[in-house]
Amino acid sequence: MARLNSGELRELLERDLPGALAAPHSPPQAAEAHGEEENHPVLQEHDAVVVAERLPDVARYLRDQLGYSYLSHITAVDYLREGLIEVVYFFYHPEGGGPQIVRVRVPRDNAVIPSITPFWPGANLQEREAYDLFGVHFPGHPFLRRVYLWDEFEGYPMRKDFPKTGDKYTHVTGGEE
Amino acid sequence: MIAGTFTGTIKTEELQINIGPQHPSTHGVFRMITRIDGETILGLEPVFGYLHRNHEQLGEVSSYLQIIPFTDRLDYFNSMPNNQGYCMAVEKLAGIEVPERAEYIRVIMAELSRIQNHATALGFMLNDMGAMGTPLLYGFREREKILDLFEAASGARMMCSYMRFGGVARDIDDEWLGELKKLMVGLPAFFDEFERLLSENEILLSRARNVGILPKAVALDYSVTGPLLRGSGIPYDVRRAEPYSVYDRFGFDVVVGSVGDIYDRYLVRVEEMRQSLRILEQAVQQLPDASGGHLNPKVKQQSIRPPAGEAYARVETPKGELGFYLVSDGSGRPYRYKIRAPSFINLTALSDLARGHKVADLVVILGSIDIVMGEVDR
Repeated sequence: MARLNSGELRELLERDLPGALAAPHSPPQAAEAHGEEENHPVLQEHDAVVVAERLPDVARYLRDQLGYSYLSHITAVDYLREGLIEVVYFFYHPEGGGPQIVRVRVPRDNAVIPSITPFWPGANLQEREAYDLFGVHFPGHPFLRRVYLWDEFEGYPMRKDFPKTGDKYTHVTGGEE
Repeated sequence: MIAGTFTGTIKTEELQINIGPQHPSTHGVFRMITRIDGETILGLEPVFGYLHRNHEQLGEVSSYLQIIPFTDRLDYFNSMPNNQGYCMAVEKLAGIEVPERAEYIRVIMAELSRIQNHATALGFMLNDMGAMGTPLLYGFREREKILDLFEAASGARMMCSYMRFGGVARDIDDEWLGELKKLMVGLPAFFDEFERLLSENEILLSRARNVGILPKAVALDYSVTGPLLRGSGIPYDVRRAEPYSVYDRFGFDVVVGSVGDIYDRYLVRVEEMRQSLRILEQAVQQLPDASGGHLNPKVKQQSIRPPAGEAYARVETPKGELGFYLVSDGSGRPYRYKIRAPSFINLTALSDLARGHKVADLVVILGSIDIVMGEVDR
């Protein structure tokens, strides 16, 4: 069961879907200057990073051309320092093997990715979850509403800059002296 | 006018009703906004979040070790495989080796967990069908014996927190293995009894056959996993598709259904219990002696700091594929801690499964998906 590795997917995408791959992320100069930065996560560059507008094409290509027809899960990660939200898609082949990971990076203040729910119903609740907790918008989704929190909730609690204490919902103003 | 000869037309209209959040068949706090025409369901929208505690954010402010007890509380029926999935993700991230004996103990615990989950899940499903109590208590009787074993090994019946990074918290001894073997001898009789009671039961057949069909052609598109997917005829099981732990050393069949209705899901679960017993027998036989240890002694459990990077590990829990996605920034807490919860994603298909069926069937369809709200809401 030799499946594609991630490098091969990049080559295939370059050949069959020109323009779908995004340019590698270059860290902002200002952040580089601080030498004594403590802990920060590293953006993974070896997987296919695609342009947000082309994601539905890439998903269709994976499913219809390469047979990766099981979309295991969709998740978002907030990279506050880089000013990015990365949405990660895991595709698997129904005959087994490892995942094919596709990443989409969008700016935090304009997190918009076309929905794949219209042709892939399994994405439905997961896109709603990413919208609910991270504020990623998925235009084209038939019912993009909050899934866990109530509709009137303000803010996106999984974002790194969401206050952990002392906000209007906790009622307990403590913790930060 | 003679009574019984009414010839006019009856005015009907669509009605919207709430099923739940407080309803005994929703297995927790779960609401379905249902549009019905008479007794027929036209559409349904699941509403949840009543148990939402932002589990993933709790993870981001806890140390890696502190998260293990949280994972117990996701799917509180199956704390063992939850622990296993999370520990595997951390082990992948930090490059930790697991002693062989610990891998076998993990497999034994995970398969015991599968048997008790399926026994009770089927019992609850039958309960929803109106078979009040009897099948459920048969399942609970066996579950009790398995929980006793969990308690003897880990100290807790349900919230086991048994696994650690690089192994398991405590070793099992010969006395424990003796009890396990005694249990395994009795299990086939339970499976036979369960099947004799139910598999050809007229009421079960008429309520479960051709109800809530998930066709094979679309099953994968819904991203559902576990018995729900295999009941539709797709042989996808993480233990086989991407073998983890020591599952590549055991012979077992991936059970599939043919039609994809509730009855197929029932049959798949019954047969999976038998397959789990097969794995248990092989695992007990191959279990290495205690000389290799049950826990990697080099791992600093309390202060583990995996290098910056990310890892995704997945296991086949009784409900489907459970995955943990971790992003580390090199500190003692995960930067991102994401759970791919099978119960949550399996609910995607609920609305389409229920359309066209009667309201009374809806609770059975929901029961056949087998959800736990602790995992759905997180």
